[in-house]
Amino acid sequence: MVDIPIQAGVVAAAEDISRAKSLSRLRSTDAIFRAMTLTAAIAVLLILGGVFVSLASGAAPALRTFGLRFLYTEVWNPVTDQFGAIAPIYGTLVTSFIAMLIAVPVGLLIAMFLTELCPMWLRRPIGIAIELLAGIPSIIYGIWGLFIFAPFLQRTLQPALIETFGNVPILSSLFAGPPYGIGMLTAGLILAIMVLPFITSISRDVFEATPPVLKEAAYGVGCTTWEVVRYVVVPFARVGVIGGVMLGLGRALGETMAVTFVIGNAHRVSASLLAPGTTISASIANEFTEAVGDLYTSALIALGLILFFITFIVLAIARYMLLRLERRLG
Amino acid sequence: MPQLYAMRRARNTILMTLSVAATVVGLGWLVLVLGALLWNGFTSLSVQVFTEMTPPPGSAGGLLNPIVGSLMMTAIAVAIGTPVGILAGTYMAEYGKYTNLTMVVRFINDILLSAPSIVVGLFIYEVMVRPMGHFSGFAGAVALAVIVVPVVVRTTEDMLILVPKELREAATALGVPRSHVIAHVSYRAARAGIITGILLAIARISGETAPLLFTALNNQFFTLDMNAPMSSLPAVIFQFAMSPYHDWQNLAWAGALIITFAVLALSIAARSLAGRKVV
Repeated sequence: MVDIPIQAGVVAAAEDISRAKSLSRLRSTDAIFRAMTLTAAIAVLLILGGVFVSLASGAAPALRTFGLRFLYTEVWNPVTDQFGAIAPIYGTLVTSFIAMLIAVPVGLLIAMFLTELCPMWLRRPIGIAIELLAGIPSIIYGIWGLFIFAPFLQRTLQPALIETFGNVPILSSLFAGPPYGIGMLTAGLILAIMVLPFITSISRDVFEATPPVLKEAAYGVGCTTWEVVRYVVVPFARVGVIGGVMLGLGRALGETMAVTFVIGNAHRVSASLLAPGTTISASIANEFTEAVGDLYTSALIALGLILFFITFIVLAIARYMLLRLERRLG
Repeated sequence: MPQLYAMRRARNTILMTLSVAATVVGLGWLVLVLGALLWNGFTSLSVQVFTEMTPPPGSAGGLLNPIVGSLMMTAIAVAIGTPVGILAGTYMAEYGKYTNLTMVVRFINDILLSAPSIVVGLFIYEVMVRPMGHFSGFAGAVALAVIVVPVVVRTTEDMLILVPKELREAATALGVPRSHVIAHVSYRAARAGIITGILLAIARISGETAPLLFTALNNQFFTLDMNAPMSSLPAVIFQFAMSPYHDWQNLAWAGALIITFAVLALSIAARSLAGRKVV
């Protein structure tokens, strides 16, 4: 009868030990798990840092050889190892500009339709359709552009443009040369189709975030739908719209496949929008695997570095704008 | 005054008409793209596309090796990118919700989310292909994984933040350690959302071409060797569509149709799983 309390004491001590053990085990798994998540979060930063460092080191030979001249010379000659980036930079900016010129107004008008005019039962289907279209890979738009859109433009729009503006000063140089089908204008138009879903869906989201009270008040004092959009919704959503547009611009600048198919890959700056040109991403996609010689490869990586800089700045502005809107909405 | 009203009404009518027109034109344009894709894709689609290898120009064949290559690289990319993405998202939503590190990671992640994918290809070329001395399917998979990470980080963080903190508090009050709270309460509550993110990431990479062009390169033969150049659907579409051969161009359309269906199916699955809009 005496040993029972002793036994109980032993059991309790053993329990204490196993309890302490499992506690310390839990504590260490806790610490390990936390460290793993922290490492992963830092890995995200390292990816971006790695992109920058690797591009910079890859671009170094070309940048050392050509210096700042790389940024503004047009010559692109793999045979003599002379490279200048102005043609691809020019092409990237012009095609993106054409794309935004079309996609921004059209996207905003569609967003206005979706938030103010569209019957309720149609809103969801159209909204979902636009979001699904935003996910379609760019190579699909590229192949469509190459086989269907470019020949179509060659037969219709381009001859019409040449005919109409052929004798108008200034404009005639914009639309000079034979209608090739492919070229800067075609690439810009394809980009416009590609970024349209992005701009539309972000603009719709920020338009929808306008407090209904503000809109109702405006309607209440007799504003027309346009006036409500122009003087209430747009001012309220301005930062978000700019963010969305910049996001679309970031996509347009870096878009590769949709452009590569239809740009024509010609390294020259020409005033005519109908002429074949090239963009940074199209040059890299077309030439990288065929690039022989270290300097050629390095020049292409330097192009990539330039693209990375441009898009980084544009996207950073975009995110900052969207962040500001988010903060204001709480 | 009546003139003012008339002018305002007229302006309103003009802009509303423009708005409807923009919608019709915008959607119509996209319908044209999809219509052409369906038409050309279905006329080129046949059983051979799924059972035979890519042919030399001028003869019949299919897309079996690029389909297998795409599936393998996608699977490995998801296997690498998803854990990193989920863990990083977990840190941001669970441990460091209000820290500066989270703010910075979120900002950088959002930039990575829309960074040009061709730059990712150059990055992997520099860090993997050049040191290894040859193109490989594995390099392609890592390039795709770099694209998977930001998508998964974003959805994981968003979904974990939506989990009510009362659930975590209840578990913590029972003495459950933090990592178990996350694994058994937060993850379970956010499971549908996290899977949605993974599906969206797969949809995103299944059409990516640019990062594969100079990492996995291409391969006209069937291979399961991840250490060798590997063909993928997008890269083959690019090569075949740009070629002058009619058979190849038809195969490119068929491949484009397969990719589009895969992407649409994945996005629709993701959307219905989440029951709401994500990303």
